Amino acid sequence: MRNSSHPITNKQKLSFTFNGKKYFGYKGDTLASALIANNVKIVGRSFKYHRPRGIFSAGSEEPNALVELGDGPYKEPNTRATNIELFDGLESSSQNFLGSVNFDFMAINDLLKNFIGAGFYYKTFMWPRRFWEKLYEPIIRRAAGLGKLSLQADPSQYDKGYLHCDFLIIGSGISGLMSALLLAETGGEVLIVEEDFILGGRLNAETSVINGNQSSVWIGQAVKKLKSLKNVRILKRTTVFAAFDHGIFAAIEKKTDHIVEKSSKPRQINWKIYTKLCILASGAIERSIVFPQNDRPGIMLAGSVRTYANRFGAYYGQKIAIYTNNDDGWRTADDLKNMGLEINAVIDTRKEIEALSSSIPSYLGQTITKTYGRKGIKAIKLSSGSKLNVDCLAVSGGWSSNIHLTCHKRGKPVWDDNFKNFLSGGNGQKDKIIPVGAARGVFEIQNIISDTNRVILSLIKKICLSMPNRITLSCSKEQYRCALDLVSSSDPSNSFIDLQNDVTQKDIELSFKEGFKSVEHLKRYSTLGMATDQGKTSNILGLASMAKLKGTNISEVGTTIFRPPYVPVAISAFAGRSRGKDFRPTRLTPSHNAASKRNAVFVETGNWLRAQWFPEKGEKFWRQSVDREVIQTRNSVGICDVTTLGKIDIQGKDCSEFLNFVYTNAFAKLPINRVRYGLMLREDGVAYDDGTTARLGENHFIMTTTTANAPLVLRNLEFVRQCLLPNLDVHLISTTDSWAQYSVAGPNSRRLLQKFVDKPTDITNENFPFMACRELTICGGIMARLFRISFSGELAYEIAVPTQYGNALFDALLSEGQEFNAVPYGTEALGVMRIEKGHPAGNEINGQTTAQNLGLSRMISKKADSIGNILSERESFNGPNIATLSGFKPVQHSQKLEAGSHLISEGKKPTMENDEGWLSSVAFSPTLGHYIGLGFIERGGDRIGERVFAVNLLQNKITEVEIVSPHFIDPEGIKQRG
Amino acid sequence: MLIDHPLLGLRDSSEFIYRGDAKLLYRPNWKSKNSKTKFIDYGYLRKNPAGVHKELWYHEQGDRSWLVVTRNTVTHEILKVELARDTKGKLK
Repeated sequence: MRNSSHPITNKQKLSFTFNGKKYFGYKGDTLASALIANNVKIVGRSFKYHRPRGIFSAGSEEPNALVELGDGPYKEPNTRATNIELFDGLESSSQNFLGSVNFDFMAINDLLKNFIGAGFYYKTFMWPRRFWEKLYEPIIRRAAGLGKLSLQADPSQYDKGYLHCDFLIIGSGISGLMSALLLAETGGEVLIVEEDFILGGRLNAETSVINGNQSSVWIGQAVKKLKSLKNVRILKRTTVFAAFDHGIFAAIEKKTDHIVEKSSKPRQINWKIYTKLCILASGAIERSIVFPQNDRPGIMLAGSVRTYANRFGAYYGQKIAIYTNNDDGWRTADDLKNMGLEINAVIDTRKEIEALSSSIPSYLGQTITKTYGRKGIKAIKLSSGSKLNVDCLAVSGGWSSNIHLTCHKRGKPVWDDNFKNFLSGGNGQKDKIIPVGAARGVFEIQNIISDTNRVILSLIKKICLSMPNRITLSCSKEQYRCALDLVSSSDPSNSFIDLQNDVTQKDIELSFKEGFKSVEHLKRYSTLGMATDQGKTSNILGLASMAKLKGTNISEVGTTIFRPPYVPVAISAFAGRSRGKDFRPTRLTPSHNAASKRNAVFVETGNWLRAQWFPEKGEKFWRQSVDREVIQTRNSVGICDVTTLGKIDIQGKDCSEFLNFVYTNAFAKLPINRVRYGLMLREDGVAYDDGTTARLGENHFIMTTTTANAPLVLRNLEFVRQCLLPNLDVHLISTTDSWAQYSVAGPNSRRLLQKFVDKPTDITNENFPFMACRELTICGGIMARLFRISFSGELAYEIAVPTQYGNALFDALLSEGQEFNAVPYGTEALGVMRIEKGHPAGNEINGQTTAQNLGLSRMISKKADSIGNILSERESFNGPNIATLSGFKPVQHSQKLEAGSHLISEGKKPTMENDEGWLSSVAFSPTLGHYIGLGFIERGGDRIGERVFAVNLLQNKITEVEIVSPHFIDPEGIKQRG
Repeated sequence: MLIDHPLLGLRDSSEFIYRGDAKLLYRPNWKSKNSKTKFIDYGYLRKNPAGVHKELWYHEQGDRSWLVVTRNTVTHEILKVELARDTKGKLK
């Protein structure tokens, strides 16, 4: 119902739907307040027992009113109706029911409640074991649980943002605003973050008087002042959900959730906030009381009933009772009465106090022993036996300081017996979070004002900033006293503690009986506080209950701590724009456009997109293109972009000593303008990376690395340079992106390159032999580097030009190469040719193989120290039986080989004990006309000609193969030297 | 976390790569007696204390400095940050 004289009724009227039915609310409503105004009582079904549930609170702590918003891909489950700002056209619905929310077939669980208490699922569905995954788990998951995902990609945009400030103030209630006003005067950058869509915090829900006026007047003045200051920034609709080390906080800002039209603007922003100090003005959260059937729709927190009445003019029914163990319950009674509502009763568990309001029927020292009304409370029964008809029961078990964020870095809360409340026990770190106001356990407004002045001013004094004047405010006086009568239940299996996870008093008793008495065990056994609300309104009830069972008090029982996130955050908000193709950057090679123009098919290799093959007209199957590229290259000339290989420029007078140390083989004596193949090990002796390194000058080398390891090799070289050999004069920089590099391979490669190289440079075999390199110019003055190296086994070169010339050079090589029938080739043909030649690559140097496995043990120089040198001598890496790199071909030439097959001798079973090696790389060799493979087999070098079986148990294929030399073509290297 | 880089000031830990125990700075002499055992200890045995620890961080998304960071692994308090090349020989 709505109080027709409340100012909200003058605001814009909004229509919205809930479970398909149309309702009206006003601008300024939340979905929850609008539902209350429309007298909608059942908003959802409980997690386990499917009991009807209604709105319980008025904030983030809401355990019951979880609803689904939107439709189609925009659908969002598990949002709290109490946090949703109403807008025109909002679509919402209940979740977790079968049938309708008013008649849920799953409510049968409620009747079985006595059988399915804590631990039921663990105990019952243990056997038979194999039934768990296929049968039990899917059924239980369907029955339990919350809303459903749309299973479609979220079309909304999400952004990430970064903010830096001196003072982060979380919350804009009276203590937050006061802190902001005081700290802003120091000149420091102040950031105020408020979860609500209006500023003022709890004051908006109260009838407090400040400086003789309604508190809204003071809020308006304070906000106006703050907005006028350049060093203050205010974020509304923003929730700080996590506190990290060293003053870093995460916050989620709802940007367009409250706007009807889906715009191009981001829906939410995930802020990362860096601050020097954090003022926690997050207020307090009310808790309930445990009594039989305390979860009926219409039973709400008293402070929330007051919020709905004062701020929104919304309330349920006309006969309201208050059940309290503290003074604040009486305040709700007063406010509602002043609004003209009928208060049936105030039931106060405390015997010794006097009634705080003379005009309301009060029942002191009494408890509620029963409630009536399954779909909405109708009556209550008191311990004295009297029965009262009510349609709303406002419950207050006292207030808990909202210290969630102080726990994120393992700060243990401490018990304050005065206000029966856990306070921040510090967060164990230097970068303290400083609570103020109710978050600091100060509850009466006059004390909040003086205490906030004191805390903030002494803070400013401590950090030696100029002192502002204290803020003087006059206000209405409040009194808050609280008892700890939280558990008074005669019907434990129907007395709810954690509403969201359906944990009852009986579950706590069961936990206790079965020995799960420590708070950490209690939490995990009963799931108390483990729902999405993290037990914000219920943890203390569970602790009080356990304390009672143990015959001790809450401070002895202790508490578990809260963890991030404070409120659930959509995964999309963490992803931000890093989704789909933008998940990580895409690196394009310099010839990308030239390759696209030639219809290249691209493949992702790390972040790079590389041309995989270049299909020509009429080619329907990738092998047709790849075979053609290989044959054309071997017959004439082919061009391939090899820019992605890492290039590290190494300079300094000690760089040859440096290279001797990082490679297993020596580089000091490498002549200028020559290239050498180098092998790197890890310190544990396993092969790490390989590549060629060219010497361009006495103190200048260019190292190449494999594409995959480019950043890692640089990282490790820097480690050697700075941490192991800091006295050497060596400088490193990655030039991978600075040079476009192309392999020009095939018998006509020299003739093609001669058309480019400027005179008088001579690249004939005599003056530019195999493994030569040179800095030169091409095309009439373009700086270039030429390396005579060969991965394919052909006469071959790699030519490098500054990246900006890369695309043009690729085009030019192909157009000038027309007379030789030059062909562009991709990574597949590159791979086929290196397998034909027997060069190891990533499949062979895979982090599990050694120099000995690769047949490269002679490359480990024993004259000087190098990384991995000593541990490569381990026994297990040496000896006569180690697997060595070998070639394999099918005995039946028509048969296909599969990489990953294991090698087993004839007559032996394909078991681990009989495993002698594996195939690492296979390809169809168009040069030889059949499949070939590289792999490792025990004593491979001695077994040439022997036949073994390549066993692929995944595809149930066994192929007889012959062990051959890994060099399928030109084993003497005549072509590459020609 | 924020790491107070000796040259660049406070930098977010996301710019760094972590490499653990700073004992990796002290590679055994390859000519020493029992060098194989010493290299195995060097490579495989790392300290992992709950408390103050000297560890290596690499500023990969920055100036590529290797740093020795003295950090309390329980509270994440950072007590000292040095360039690795400066600490060489000073710590054990």
